[in-house]
Amino acid sequence: MNILAVFARRKIALFGLAVIGVMLAFAIFAPLIATMDPQEMNPVDKLTPPNGIYLFGTDNFGRDIFSRVVYGARASLLGSTGVILFSMTLGVLTGVVAGYFRRVEPWLMRLVDVLMAFPPLLLALVLVSILGRGMINVIVAVGATYLTRTTRIVYGLTLKVREEAYVEAAVSSGAKVRDIILRHLLPNMMSPIIVQATFTFAFSLLDMAALDFLGLGIPPSIPSWGNMLSEGRMYITRAPWLLTFPGMCIVLTVLAFNLAGDVLRDRLDPHFRSRIEGV
Amino acid sequence: MIAYICRRFLSMIPSLFLASVIVFSFIHFIPGDPAQVMLGDQATPERVQQLRESMGLDRPLYVQYAKWIGGVLRGDMGQSIFFHKPVLDVIADRAETSLLIAVFSMILIIVVGVPIGILSAVRCNSRLDQLFSGASMFFASIPTFWLGLNLMLLFAVTLKWLPTSGFPSIVESGDWSNLRYLVLPCITLAAPNSALIIRLTRSSMLDVARADYVKTAWAKGLSEGSVTMRHIFRNSLISVVSALGFTFVALLAGTVVTETVFSLPGVGRLVVESLLRRDYPTIQGVILIVAFVYMLVNLLVDLSFAILDPRIRYS
Repeated sequence: MNILAVFARRKIALFGLAVIGVMLAFAIFAPLIATMDPQEMNPVDKLTPPNGIYLFGTDNFGRDIFSRVVYGARASLLGSTGVILFSMTLGVLTGVVAGYFRRVEPWLMRLVDVLMAFPPLLLALVLVSILGRGMINVIVAVGATYLTRTTRIVYGLTLKVREEAYVEAAVSSGAKVRDIILRHLLPNMMSPIIVQATFTFAFSLLDMAALDFLGLGIPPSIPSWGNMLSEGRMYITRAPWLLTFPGMCIVLTVLAFNLAGDVLRDRLDPHFRSRIEGV
Repeated sequence: MIAYICRRFLSMIPSLFLASVIVFSFIHFIPGDPAQVMLGDQATPERVQQLRESMGLDRPLYVQYAKWIGGVLRGDMGQSIFFHKPVLDVIADRAETSLLIAVFSMILIIVVGVPIGILSAVRCNSRLDQLFSGASMFFASIPTFWLGLNLMLLFAVTLKWLPTSGFPSIVESGDWSNLRYLVLPCITLAAPNSALIIRLTRSSMLDVARADYVKTAWAKGLSEGSVTMRHIFRNSLISVVSALGFTFVALLAGTVVTETVFSLPGVGRLVVESLLRRDYPTIQGVILIVAFVYMLVNLLVDLSFAILDPRIRYS
């Protein structure tokens, strides 16, 4: 059964896919979907509750929350995508190197284990304070915290796959190391890596929102869901809608990616698949 | 067993050394002169030079590290740039709040997460299981700060059942009723972590439930309670305890956000304040302590395996 059929069979997974689709549409077609300029200030209409003109209300500068939420999807999803690219590329590389080349393994994995002793959010906060605020720096800081986890997973997978008969056959037939890694190791580890990427996307979205909220994330001039919550908390009693809509967007997106991750894991991980299908 | 404990303690030393090198390096990754960055643009050159000398920033790196780690081993983590007090004293002043939040959140996670996880596994695929699974997935997807703000809005601002923010010290006042200030922060911190424990308890119990010895237990005609608790739950405890260990450290880090939301005078908020003030000696101190706690918890978790599973023998 292919992945799409599995998604189609599970209504909750379809809901997740639909949410991801909507958020992606927000991010890609933001100028078309937004009803106003997200930076346009209308002091006369400041802190207006949701109504026919301002669907999600306005903030303390009279900016349209709906338009900011739509543009916020762009910054938030772009950030998490950057984290995935950074942590997965480097994590897969270091994991394979540590798992395949025994000489570097003790040093590399000891370093990874020690780095994992630092809680991700704390490490990300320190890295941002060193690198400075900004989208790229936040991506690097959050990506670095997920890099170690990816390395650990890929290292374990490499140790397992390299013992398989087809890898031994390739080694004994004199295949180049690069070919063994690219043609035999990586293709046989892709399923768990994809599943890990899905969950990393969800959790990095939460971490990046937390950094924004603490004032150490993406600069406040860029509308992101985390920045909107950070600004909105000052008006928690007067204008609760400032928290409701960006918050719901984060929850729905993270939930959608977690659901997608669950379905992918059920389908792609043989351990879980056997449990579901009773093999 | 004692030999194993000693060996594990000794094996922590290289990890701690490496962690200390990483923490020490933080300050030297700052672009520019760390002393100037810490004091800001307004600082006079004399003051910058004074800090540079007092922190030994003008000496070779290995000398700086030796001085710093020597101090750490004697309980001296340097002076806080902002508070003008020893870093350890600054952390100790804030430790009460963070420890209380972490401990009470942990209790909440165990009391709520583990039983619900067991129930979900026992009633696998039932409506109850679907309800718990859905709820745990939802809570695992909520940003803690957003949950905290909403709880504050409902229970503190609207219903006025609980205080909105702050925490008067129990140690100083002796008033245990101050614990009410920590109810919302603890729920905020415990909810997403309970969700993860529910999912993990359920999945590890379902894994164990397929083992041959469990089938044998059923075939022998043992009661459901006996099979569930003595055979399935006990053997899935290793994964659960392991996850609880990591959760405790995650809680310490989680206080960063929760304490900021509820304006609590804890170590988590101290980290954020110190980062914004560029008080790096304080940040170094906090992070080194958290890394040490992580390694210690890891060790305790490992040791607990021998008690939980008699098949594991350390020699």
